[in-house]
Amino acid sequence: MNFIKASILRYQLGSLLLLVLLLAVVLPLSLDIFRLNLVGKYLTYAFVAVGLVMVWGYGGVLSLGQGVFFGIGGYAMAMFLKLEASDPITTKIQSTPGIPDFMDWNQITELPVLWLPFKSLPLSLALVVLAPMALAWLVSFAMFKRRVGGVYFAIITQAVALICTVLIIGQQGYTGGVNGMTDLKTMLGWDTRTDGAKYILYYVCVGLLVASIVLCRWIQTSKLGTLLLAMRDKEDRVRFSGYDVSNFKVFIFCLAAGLSGIGGAMFALQVGFMSPSFVGIVPSIEMVIFCAVGGRMSLVGAVYGALLVNAGKTLFSESFPDLWLFLMAGLFIGVTMAFPMGLAGLWDEKIRPWWKGRRQALREAAVKPPAATVAAQSPAPQTEPALPDGIGSQRA
Amino acid sequence: MTLSDMMNIGLMQGFAGLSLFAVLLLMGLGLAIIFGQMGVINMAHGEFMTIGAYSIYLAARVTESLAPAFMPYYFPIAIGLAFVFAFIVGWIVEWVLIRHLYKRPLDTLLATWGVSLGLQQLFRTFIGPKEVSPTLPEWLMGSWTPHEGLDIPINGLFVLALTALVTGGVLVALHKSRWGLRVRATVANRTMANATGIDTTKTDRLTFAIGCGIAGMAGAAFTTIGSTGPTSGSLYIVDAFLVVTFGGAASLLGTVVSAFGIAQTQSISEFFMTGSMAKVLTLSLIVLILMMRPQGLFAVKVRR
Repeated sequence: MNFIKASILRYQLGSLLLLVLLLAVVLPLSLDIFRLNLVGKYLTYAFVAVGLVMVWGYGGVLSLGQGVFFGIGGYAMAMFLKLEASDPITTKIQSTPGIPDFMDWNQITELPVLWLPFKSLPLSLALVVLAPMALAWLVSFAMFKRRVGGVYFAIITQAVALICTVLIIGQQGYTGGVNGMTDLKTMLGWDTRTDGAKYILYYVCVGLLVASIVLCRWIQTSKLGTLLLAMRDKEDRVRFSGYDVSNFKVFIFCLAAGLSGIGGAMFALQVGFMSPSFVGIVPSIEMVIFCAVGGRMSLVGAVYGALLVNAGKTLFSESFPDLWLFLMAGLFIGVTMAFPMGLAGLWDEKIRPWWKGRRQALREAAVKPPAATVAAQSPAPQTEPALPDGIGSQRA
Repeated sequence: MTLSDMMNIGLMQGFAGLSLFAVLLLMGLGLAIIFGQMGVINMAHGEFMTIGAYSIYLAARVTESLAPAFMPYYFPIAIGLAFVFAFIVGWIVEWVLIRHLYKRPLDTLLATWGVSLGLQQLFRTFIGPKEVSPTLPEWLMGSWTPHEGLDIPINGLFVLALTALVTGGVLVALHKSRWGLRVRATVANRTMANATGIDTTKTDRLTFAIGCGIAGMAGAAFTTIGSTGPTSGSLYIVDAFLVVTFGGAASLLGTVVSAFGIAQTQSISEFFMTGSMAKVLTLSLIVLILMMRPQGLFAVKVRR
């Protein structure tokens, strides 16, 4: 029993179970399919936020280019779907049938070499994860080897985001330009726009998200996770202990990029289009705020952050389009100033200690019947750090 | 095409590169102080420029309606106003937000991004969502033709001159004035500066506000070139950061050199390919060089 209890605490299974219950049972039962599809869309950002918890919260490196990896994953999926949507029969009015419509508009008569891998589904699915990871490796390897981090890394990833946006918009014939890839309908002949398909895609998204959280939590509790925290707080000490610090950072950055890629692919599948507006600087910074609102140290918190901020964005921009930006501004400032650890931090630092102190007081009262002594001794247990039930050792 | 035509094209192309250089340098100057010297990642830098640009617009509107005869002369005063407005806003932002975040530089990024969003919405609510451009005095229009076939726009010359003036001013202030000494001391070692009797809190606030004021002047200069809208600030922000980082954050001279290098690369490669591809090429080059020399072109050795 103790082993089970310990592993539940170690892997934070309680909060994960609560999240699964919410995503897999409560939300599908209470929302109609349109709203549920929106939730699925928000959850694709949660992949990025979970990756950011690993890179930023645990690794201590802030990346402002996660939108790029989200975009690459999304574009990889969208290119496959677009090729399927533009078979020779449906595109027979074009001057060159069988290629995507925007290529035809841009006087491209042959499918570019870059697009060829996206004719096969397995290859596309592999590229959804591998292409963002490859770029992440390219960006991070040289930098972490040279011990660049923090602000400089943030600015360079931001520049990469700008480069990608300009490139995608500039190469209209190959990428669809500003409009991106639209009219994504089927996947291997399966219509993704029906209600049934939307339910299935939503559950796939939830399943993948839970799997990524479990993977990340496993990494966090492993030796690598400990090393990451040590590196974040005192990088030189870890280096002097004989570890090659940069490799761990590169690994964790690539992992986050791969997760973001999966998020992007799920986005393209569920929403039915992909455009450069999800790649650039603004979405990348917004993804950081999803993570910050939920709590940069909590994987489950990041999911709630992504859900809450996006749901708030949708609701408020529907009813008060002018006030929304002020609210967003307040969120950025307020979270940074008042809750640097986000919602999860609020839970860990305020609510849980209060609740535990309260439970402790009740237990004391139950053990000792004389009312006079309880009143005299009640403040003492709250200052006592060691708690008998073993929960106290699991902080942080 | 004769030889003199080629000469003219070359000269004009060179001048285009020079005015891009002036624009980049003006964008980077304020940030070189705030980010380079203080280490604060000010994502609202673009909005401080927009404040400057809007103050020119408002000054032009007021002058036009109250004292039309004054139109030819209002511009220099309006630039001063742009500095003052951005300075005041910067002072307030430092006082409310930034001073709590000096120990957490990455968090200044998020907070100032919030400031930038809020300012954008303020512009949209109080000035309007549309792009505006002020009525410029006559002497700023037109072009200067030293000889046949060579046209050099006067507004470009004006921006160039203003850039030279501001850069010179900042260089002198930072290296010759009392304030500059305090700033450099605070940057090099905050605790020690404090111990020697420098009021670092006051120095920080003044420095941040001056950086914002210079951003305001930059925005004011840009009204001679293009129009201003609520979101135009966000167009500049990455370029500004790259200029400062590429030059080596703590070196003002580096900022000048990097602005020149970026502008020339951009305008030369624009000659051979489309504008967007030239931008991609320039940015990729910067990123590559930054990966090889992470501290930028002119790294300053600081003992931390």
